Amino acid sequence: MSSNDHHLPTPIKMKYFTPGTKIIFAVMVAGIGAYIYRLIFGLQAATNLNDQYPWGIWIGIDVASGVALAAGGFTSALLADVFHKEKYHVIVRPALLTAMLGYTFVVIGLLADLGRYYNVWHPMLPSMWQGNSVLFEVGICVMIYLNILYIEFLPIVAERFKGRVNLPGALARLNGFFESILSVADRTLGRFISLFIIAGVTLSCLHQSSLGTLMVIAESKMSHLWWTPISPLLFLVSAIAVGYPMVIFESIIASRSFGLKPEMHVLSSLAGYTPVLLGIYLALKIGDINTREAWPLVFAGNTQSLLWILEIAMGVVIPLVMLLFHRIRHSVGGLFTAATLVVLGVVLNRINVFLVAYTPLYGKTSYFPSIFEIMLTVGLIAALVLVYRAIVMIFPVISVPAAER
Amino acid sequence: MGISRRDFLRTVAIGGTTLLAGDVRAEHAARLNCDKTFGVLVDTGVCIGCRKCEWACSKKNFNPEADPVFFDDKNVFKDHRRPNALAYTVVNEFRGPEPGSHPFTMKVQCMHCNDPACVSACIVGALKKCEFGPVTYDASKCIGCRYCMVACPFQIPAYEYFNAFDPQVRKCSFCYDRIVEERKRPACVEVCPSEALTFGTRRELIDMAHSRIRAHPERYVDHVYGELELGGTSWMYLSPIDFKYTELPDLPDQPAISVSETIQHGIFKQFVPPLMLYGLLGLVMTALREKEEKKRGHHE
Repeated sequence: MSSNDHHLPTPIKMKYFTPGTKIIFAVMVAGIGAYIYRLIFGLQAATNLNDQYPWGIWIGIDVASGVALAAGGFTSALLADVFHKEKYHVIVRPALLTAMLGYTFVVIGLLADLGRYYNVWHPMLPSMWQGNSVLFEVGICVMIYLNILYIEFLPIVAERFKGRVNLPGALARLNGFFESILSVADRTLGRFISLFIIAGVTLSCLHQSSLGTLMVIAESKMSHLWWTPISPLLFLVSAIAVGYPMVIFESIIASRSFGLKPEMHVLSSLAGYTPVLLGIYLALKIGDINTREAWPLVFAGNTQSLLWILEIAMGVVIPLVMLLFHRIRHSVGGLFTAATLVVLGVVLNRINVFLVAYTPLYGKTSYFPSIFEIMLTVGLIAALVLVYRAIVMIFPVISVPAAER
Repeated sequence: MGISRRDFLRTVAIGGTTLLAGDVRAEHAARLNCDKTFGVLVDTGVCIGCRKCEWACSKKNFNPEADPVFFDDKNVFKDHRRPNALAYTVVNEFRGPEPGSHPFTMKVQCMHCNDPACVSACIVGALKKCEFGPVTYDASKCIGCRYCMVACPFQIPAYEYFNAFDPQVRKCSFCYDRIVEERKRPACVEVCPSEALTFGTRRELIDMAHSRIRAHPERYVDHVYGELELGGTSWMYLSPIDFKYTELPDLPDQPAISVSETIQHGIFKQFVPPLMLYGLLGLVMTALREKEEKKRGHHE
């Protein structure tokens, strides 16, 4: 860890419930209601999915976009722990927490979508392994990675509670048990944590790219604006490119929410990588359209072409140009706007690939999410925000300057 | 990172060529011996649209008491229906491009591809291609992800969305129990009164189809749909008009799975690329840590 003692990760001390938090809480409760409704009455009652459109926003947003936006975890680990860029250590813990919660909620969202959610563990059984399935690879990688994220978070729990485990009431009997787990974790993890960190980066590269392979098999049903054999490469590069903007996005929001000053000296230089990564992504996107001679589709003037142009212009070109300017990178508003655009651009890309590009052969109607699908998706995001807020108030995650502690 | 990116490009470069796709096909074709693989030839030129196949299918798979009168209704031809979770096969009516041209009827169901996209997609191996031809489904393995439905180029697998607790993927099983275990013909073939449906080995059926076209070139377009499409399907079609006027999609000869499986196997070749990435990251991490420590040593 950095010996920079001006900024140390500290539990945030403030009131949990504010008017804003209460609104988010209500949204989460509505989402839980939608989840229960789906579990009791099934997919037909809760969603607008049908034989033409087997996948909706629970896959396009909750799973595909959720995984992409959790990329801040492995990209920050890459920068701070693998490349040893010391000044970025302050972002590692918040990014790790976002990834851990992001993937946890990806799984919760996925369970709502699975028709037989109670069989979700089946891919773990060697007798059911199916090496040809892209989805199998995504599933296994996400499962292992999620466990690695929990392991990586354990030292933070140990730091806060080692020697201080004090559960209330009947749970007090378990104090000794948890205490010994924490002390074992504290003693051993330090030595092996590097192995877990690079395993996390490797697994992330694998499943971020494989998410892009998922729709390759459906070529005849896909718009060739997005169907390409280099889709896995595009997904990997865009996931890496969105990692830092996502860290910036949430860091600025968290600072505002907790009344701290955004750590602009770190965030601004972090944003310096973004134009390079977005530039590589843009070159790949343009080169791909060029090679496949798909320009007529881009200028077809239909909904798909307009969404493609919006995705590239809003999510790639504009933030790329913005972040080239020193002044924008160093202004809170400018940096936040650019980061938000990159985040929205990647979400739009995932929605485009999984939903907009998918054109069923015999479709008579088009898909639009039901009220329950929307409530559940928004509810999951609200729940993530609330759990994040609770965790940064309990555990030392966010670095606070000595003066503000 | 360099390794992974280069490996992707290599994989994709290979995936783009039909060279490796050819390998995939040869491998699958070798496994699927045509002499043992059964199929059905659907001759839409002699189909009379009686919908008896729909009735037989319903009786076997859904309702042993199914009323044949219910299936006599020809009004259903006003719509183009699709197989769904309560009907594995449907008959639709089509007309050629000229106004007032004679209508003809065509049965649709699972094609039982030689290289099925649903089988390749299935995360738990609940869908299997049997060596005799049928693509079968094992509900006890299924997790309900519906990736098979996304993958199917014929859009066949249907889902029991209405079932909240135990929903299944539903599609024609090619009467696996009848043809493999009982050595009988599929229910729909057995009931067909006009010999529009012929059950046999895939090789016999391909020969038969071509000889019918040769014998009556005025009656058929010279195209056996399913002989080559996507690397071949167990169910094949003859038609009096160009298939573009039917609901069978225009598909390439290359299996739907060739690009995705090439990418997938390229990335995971004996786990070498992932392990190389892991090793490379480990090396970079160690090398830079030593550098960093040395630098810090100088400062102190």
